[in-house]
Amino acid sequence: MKFRTYFLKRLGTWALTIWIGVTFIFFVPRMFPSDPVESMIGQISARSGSMDPVQMDALRRSLRVQFGLEGSLMEQYTTFLWKGLLHFDFGPSLMSYPEPAGKIISTYLPYTVGLSMISTLLAWIIGNLIGLLAGFRKNKRSSKILEGIAICLYPIPYFIVALVLQIFFAYILGWFPLTTTINSFQGFGVFMASLIKSSILPALSLLLVGTGWWIISMKSLAATTSEEDYVLYARYRGLSEGVIGTKYVLKNSILTQVTALAMSLGGVFGGSIMTEIIFGYPGVGTLIQKAILQSDYNMILGCITISIVAISTATLIVDLVYPFIDPRIRYS
Amino acid sequence: MKKFWKNANFALKSGLIITAIFFVIGFVVYLIPHADPFNFNTYQPKLGASAEHFLGTTSMGQDVLWLLIEAIHNSLVIGLIVATIGTVVGVFVGLLSGFAGGALDRVLMVVTDTFVVIPSLPILILMTSLMKGTSTVILIALVLAMFAWAWPSRQIRSMALTLKERDFIQTAKFSGEGTVQIVVTEILPFALTWSLSNFMNATLNAIASESSLAVLGLSPANLISLGNMIQWARERNAIFNKQWLWIGSPIVATIVMFIGLFLLITGYNDYLAMKRGR
Repeated sequence: MKFRTYFLKRLGTWALTIWIGVTFIFFVPRMFPSDPVESMIGQISARSGSMDPVQMDALRRSLRVQFGLEGSLMEQYTTFLWKGLLHFDFGPSLMSYPEPAGKIISTYLPYTVGLSMISTLLAWIIGNLIGLLAGFRKNKRSSKILEGIAICLYPIPYFIVALVLQIFFAYILGWFPLTTTINSFQGFGVFMASLIKSSILPALSLLLVGTGWWIISMKSLAATTSEEDYVLYARYRGLSEGVIGTKYVLKNSILTQVTALAMSLGGVFGGSIMTEIIFGYPGVGTLIQKAILQSDYNMILGCITISIVAISTATLIVDLVYPFIDPRIRYS
Repeated sequence: MKKFWKNANFALKSGLIITAIFFVIGFVVYLIPHADPFNFNTYQPKLGASAEHFLGTTSMGQDVLWLLIEAIHNSLVIGLIVATIGTVVGVFVGLLSGFAGGALDRVLMVVTDTFVVIPSLPILILMTSLMKGTSTVILIALVLAMFAWAWPSRQIRSMALTLKERDFIQTAKFSGEGTVQIVVTEILPFALTWSLSNFMNATLNAIASESSLAVLGLSPANLISLGNMIQWARERNAIFNKQWLWIGSPIVATIVMFIGLFLLITGYNDYLAMKRGR
């Protein structure tokens, strides 16, 4: 298979995934009996007492336009695909009206991307190194202890790890702020310092769970690879354990882990959302929480569309890089 | 049974014991008559641990221990419902697409692959926030089940594809068995062994997702689940008031339960691998 064929095929899957995902989130809410416009009208009339029916109708119509509920289902769908998916225009945010939801999301997104990217990469590197050691020398006591720790960390939901870290390090020990406070008014240095200080605990929560998983999976990969004939042959040739570990076992097992990294991104994003909410970290997770509290559906829909696009694209990038690191695949 | 216990590895044994304890708490101890822990002011609020209230009471005068037991019960029920739906649908779709082949297989696989890679939590958030206030346990379970079928269906399909070519299936075919009969008598036993491990995994995932939604305030408000119990304690400032038993007990219970389930899953997989090896 030529690289171009692979590339085009993978690009096709990428577009298809996004399309199916977005179509799903477009149609499913419309199958629900609840109508966001009617519940908004209910809220507004409850607040302002009795309202003139003519005014009420005008309000209803303008709300329908803003929610993208005007016209037939097919029209709504094409408008949503065209505006939302291609231009990231999800209409105005209702909690900070009339600012467009897409614009607000773009100020929150970098925090989520930064937090989850750094902690995912660190977890991947640290976890795979520890996993390699544990799998390569699987009969050592230290390897078993490391695997035991990983098994106790990985299955715990992200938000519980975050909560426990928050209670211990921020509340009991007081080493870190309880909620995120980012100081962006006193210059870049102060901003970075406060950002780093507030990011340590959220990043640590993501790191602990992630590392646990990479240790477990790398350990079993490395343990299987260590029993391959070529590793045995390398031993007979008298190569040092270090060389066997890095040149033979690591190189052959890390490739599976690159594919696994691509598969894990969706879960990491979910974890990032939960961690942000626990710490009040100013990313998409906290934004989604605010939007839920104030029933800002344009915002929720926007956050979710963007996260589907972002995760699919990140997965695509990892998958496209893969052939360049795997020397066994050759494209002539 | 005795032989099974002798061959079982450490992870399987400890996982089985921990999980069994949680099932006993959630389905047997749960049956002991007790005051509904959901009601406020049943007891004096903010009591510490005592012989009457092993884990004290909440700020609203609820017994923490019974709250915890009901939470374990409900979380397990949600997990089991979701895992059952996910496994049944997953096995069905996987076998269908593995055996039908052709266009149906391709369409089913595109949809399955999408559901495997698509981030589930954001979509769960969207759907549950639309039913905010009106959601029930069954609705939550159905919504969670939408993301529980894709992975097993993909695995069962590839299992079906390899099994299809094996000799004993060919023999069955030539001896006149129909496709449905072959699937039921020859393939399903294989699929079920694997599905058991997936079933436990799905249970764990469903409980985790429900508690994540609870932290967002999106789980049914009248449902006592582990996630909701943590969220209620957080909302009522249990951390600031140092009511560690109230906020700590559901956290510890969730952690121990998840480690137990995970040990059970890895132990069971290793056990299967070992059995195949001999």
